[in-house]
Amino acid sequence: MLELIVFSLLNGLVYGLLLFMLSSGLTLIFSMMGVLNFAHASLYMLGAYFAYSISAKVGFWPGLVIAPVLVGVVGALIERYGLRNVHRYGHVAELIFTFGIAFLIEESIQLIWGKQTMDYREPEILSVPLFTLWGTDFPAYKAFMLAVSIGIFIALLLVLTRTRVGLIIQAAITHPNQVAMLGHNVPLVFTGVFGVGSALAGLAGVIAGPALGTFPGMAAVLGSIVFVVIVVGGLGSLWGAFLASLLIGMLQTFAVAVDYSLEDLFAEIGISTSKTSALSDLYTVTVAQIGPILPYLLLVLILIFRPTGLFGKREV
Amino acid sequence: MAVANTAAPGRSSFLRRNAIWWAALVLVVLLPQVARSGTAIAVLNQMCIMVIFSLSYNMLLGQGGMLSFGHAVYFGLGGYFAMHLIQLAGGAGFFMPLPLTPIAGGLAGLFFGLLFGSFSTNRAGTVFAMISLGIGEMIAASSLIFVKFSGGEEGITADRTDLTPFFGHRFGSEVEVYYLIAGWMMLSAWLMYRFSRTPLGRMANAVRDNPERAEFVGYSQRRVRLLSFMAAGFFAGIAGGLFALNYEIVTEETVNLVTSGIVLLQAYIGGVGFFAGPIVGAVVYTLLQTLLSNYTEIWAFYVGLIFVATVMYAPTGLTGIIMMHLPIYRVRKLRTLALPYLKVGVPALCCAIGVIGMLELLHYLSVRAVGQSTKRLFWMSLNVEQPTPWIVFGLLAVGGFFVARRMAPALVAAWEAASAQAQGRGER
Amino acid sequence: MIDRRQFTRLAAVLAAGLVAFPTLAADPVRIGFIDPLSGPFAAVGTSGLRQAQFTADEINKAGGVLGGRKLVVVGFDNKISPKESLIQLKRVIGDGIQFIMQGNSSGVANALIDAVAKHNEREPDKRVLYLNYSAVDPSLTNEKCSYWHFRFDANADMKMNALTDVIAANKKMKKIYIIGQDYSFGKAVAAAAVRDLSLKRPDIEIVGNELHPIGKVKDFSPYIAKIKASGAQAVITGNWGADMLNLSKAASDAGLEIPFYTYYAAGNGITKAIGAGGVGKVRLVHEGPSNPPLTDAWRNLEKRYEAKYNDKENFTQPRISNTVHMLANAINKAKSTDPAKVAAALEGMRYTTIWGDVVTMRASDHQLQMPIRISVHTNKGIEFDMDHSGYGLLTESEVSAHVASTPTTCKMKRP
Repeated sequence: MLELIVFSLLNGLVYGLLLFMLSSGLTLIFSMMGVLNFAHASLYMLGAYFAYSISAKVGFWPGLVIAPVLVGVVGALIERYGLRNVHRYGHVAELIFTFGIAFLIEESIQLIWGKQTMDYREPEILSVPLFTLWGTDFPAYKAFMLAVSIGIFIALLLVLTRTRVGLIIQAAITHPNQVAMLGHNVPLVFTGVFGVGSALAGLAGVIAGPALGTFPGMAAVLGSIVFVVIVVGGLGSLWGAFLASLLIGMLQTFAVAVDYSLEDLFAEIGISTSKTSALSDLYTVTVAQIGPILPYLLLVLILIFRPTGLFGKREV
Repeated sequence: MAVANTAAPGRSSFLRRNAIWWAALVLVVLLPQVARSGTAIAVLNQMCIMVIFSLSYNMLLGQGGMLSFGHAVYFGLGGYFAMHLIQLAGGAGFFMPLPLTPIAGGLAGLFFGLLFGSFSTNRAGTVFAMISLGIGEMIAASSLIFVKFSGGEEGITADRTDLTPFFGHRFGSEVEVYYLIAGWMMLSAWLMYRFSRTPLGRMANAVRDNPERAEFVGYSQRRVRLLSFMAAGFFAGIAGGLFALNYEIVTEETVNLVTSGIVLLQAYIGGVGFFAGPIVGAVVYTLLQTLLSNYTEIWAFYVGLIFVATVMYAPTGLTGIIMMHLPIYRVRKLRTLALPYLKVGVPALCCAIGVIGMLELLHYLSVRAVGQSTKRLFWMSLNVEQPTPWIVFGLLAVGGFFVARRMAPALVAAWEAASAQAQGRGER
Repeated sequence: MIDRRQFTRLAAVLAAGLVAFPTLAADPVRIGFIDPLSGPFAAVGTSGLRQAQFTADEINKAGGVLGGRKLVVVGFDNKISPKESLIQLKRVIGDGIQFIMQGNSSGVANALIDAVAKHNEREPDKRVLYLNYSAVDPSLTNEKCSYWHFRFDANADMKMNALTDVIAANKKMKKIYIIGQDYSFGKAVAAAAVRDLSLKRPDIEIVGNELHPIGKVKDFSPYIAKIKASGAQAVITGNWGADMLNLSKAASDAGLEIPFYTYYAAGNGITKAIGAGGVGKVRLVHEGPSNPPLTDAWRNLEKRYEAKYNDKENFTQPRISNTVHMLANAINKAKSTDPAKVAAALEGMRYTTIWGDVVTMRASDHQLQMPIRISVHTNKGIEFDMDHSGYGLLTESEVSAHVASTPTTCKMKRP
């Protein structure tokens, strides 16, 4: 039992921190520009594919640096030449635009790399077990994923709270007009934040590619979950995104481990249930089975009862 | 508005007032006589279902200003309920002609519209969009889990011919089903059009444009949104019911996010500002999907390009572009635009050919088998390993783009001149 | 030259924006291959399509069917979805194709068998024949059996019977974990495993019987942690495609080195992912003629196939060869491509496979009666490795067609 809990914790941590890398950029972008970027997860996928192609030529490590930069450039271009033009049609048009970009990126990837899963692997040096507990190995690559995500979190916190750029960004989030009046180039800050946010998504893709697979559907797998994270955490809040990522990561990982259903609960307290009833699905499904629903249930409940999210200061 | 213009109230006779509806009806009746192949009928069936679905979506986005990422929920649930009714009636043998079964889908859509709308329509904008996304994902995931209701991964199926014959028809053949679907399409489109003309429909517009002022006139914006939402759910459910009886299968994909995305795509490409917009969008999308996919594997990429181009350059959609020319056509000045259009159109076409050529060659590089190097494109055999096709397509694309861009101001000027004339005529 | 009537018809069809091709006698015989060509199972689907096309080409080189008509296999992407399969089926029928081939996912098969039966009853002059090369849910040739469906692979019950014989022989085996995909095939495998084990070895405890969503799980680590915690000594799984690939990846990452008894743990990247960790531990039940190659003809065919794809592909599903060859034989025997006549010719047909097995299409349920083999994942004694990895499948034991056979409950409705 203990080993199951420990390994579920570790797996949940790895998954949760990966979510954080994705959502940190998204939440920054939203809080500055008011745009929920549907293409964010697609940029994550793009990162994985870039890294795959680079790693096939020059190896994993250069890819780790080059791919996110490329994705950041793509993101900045999307902001500068797409989003900014659509801005005048309003928020709904912006949302629809990013939705279209997401669609387009997914199709471009299939056009260039084909529809099959790419054989993108972790470097040899990380494909060994790091330690063994109760006879189960913990792969070094997962530890590497943990280290990178925690590093990013600390770096972001430092940049936002300790540097001049960070102060400008924080100010631009809440008072864009005043910041512009003080002589700062707010559109440039926007493009920069969009680029950096995209690069973070790209980095998440680079390190997630070998672990979760590099395939055209990888954006769709996480696309909606990152929205859950930023809404639950509170829009614009880095700490909120961090904690919500861990919450969702743990929720999904632990759900898999629990085989209990309502029926078992009823049996404990002495109520017998009929197997043939039309509603029997309701009490025979196990927690493991309803795992995929839980984050979205959380999203809807949060939006109804606490639209500011857990740690946010403003509504969606 | 497309239909509004021709159906302007006045002294004109009933026949004339509804001319466009009569024309549509004749077209719908005659189409299967012209396009007889099995594929054609299948395409038409799909098209009609999508027309209803897109129109219902536009009750939210275009008329009510609610951006939904989960409209497929009502489509899919409508499908599941209609399918259960068909199964039940087929098994038990009670009186239930097939043409009535989509109503079950509609009622299911209405019910879930009320259920989910009761808390999601409190606010419009991003909150609404996010809740609709959450509900969409939740229902899609649930439909794989609650197997008794949804059949899980495999979905549920039934035999539509088991039902009570309808005036001797068992709906075994595709053409019979076509007329059934087309009938429902005409009826639903007409009802949705009428809905947009009711006070409630008008208030939905008002709430979309300025909720505060709508409240001042005494309407609850929440209530107006909820009612539009339920009506949209109802017609999406009808479309879902028709989907069920056409394909005789309903699966998770009918409720999932991809379907919700497609309906958004269709409505937007067609033009959300016009009643006829989603119809145009659904027809164009279905044709692209079914015809283009015969010629190219990357058809969805082209659809994506068209979509993004629409959002960026023509937010009023295809219908909007057509409507821009209607006043000019009325004053018979369309001819003055012919030459400017030609000057932009030819280089633009060259650019399109160049881009398509490059994309197809690029795609071919990734899918070709070992030793293959020639791709058939535009009735030519091209060798992808030679630089010539790449250079030619590249030149076409870049050259066409720049020439078209140079010619564009002249076209805009010509259009403005013509429409100024048209306006002058209109005011007189 | 087009005469006037044809011209008006052409114009009319063009007017609707649709082009219909009239079928002519000298046209090739087309086979619609409805399988996933995109998504998580694209690797399996496309490699199946290549193998079917390769087999058709071999037949065409030898003269085709009906004295010179060519066999052409056309791919239709169903994205592993039953709904999309029915839409593709409508396209296939609309195009005038008379034969369909499908193999991946019994969920799709359940939808297709039903839709084909309905269609053939409603439009008897446009019938189609359904050749199932790999969907092994037993019900397809039992309670759901159809005259228009033929299965060219041993069903899940036949395969599980062979697998559990091997498991039962190991007296030390006490605890087993069953994991599978949450749809009809995964459920059929689990049910067969539980039934067979309780008959053969009632002392074996089933410590876990888990179904996970098909094609959606990317990281199986939580499941592996669960298997590990259950104390299982072996795993039975029917997983295939990406689900098998990711399961074996997670197992090897976590160092879970217990035996795996599988249906499809080889090829399309899976063999490579299992690698050294699975040597002597991963076993698989299949028709398996490759190591050692049973005949020279088969050895040569595999070599030709691998050469065509630069060693990047292996002929992973030899049953596809049987399917296309038996169809060609049946068309020749029926002297027609009329699905009804071809179906009649296929019933009871005996065929000697390229690797020398004698197989029979049982008329009572349209289930091919064939020998099956248990192979082990290893790098020793392998002539044909997979995924260019040095590892491959070595045949350990064989079950004759007679022994592998299971009775059927099919009550065939004949037209």
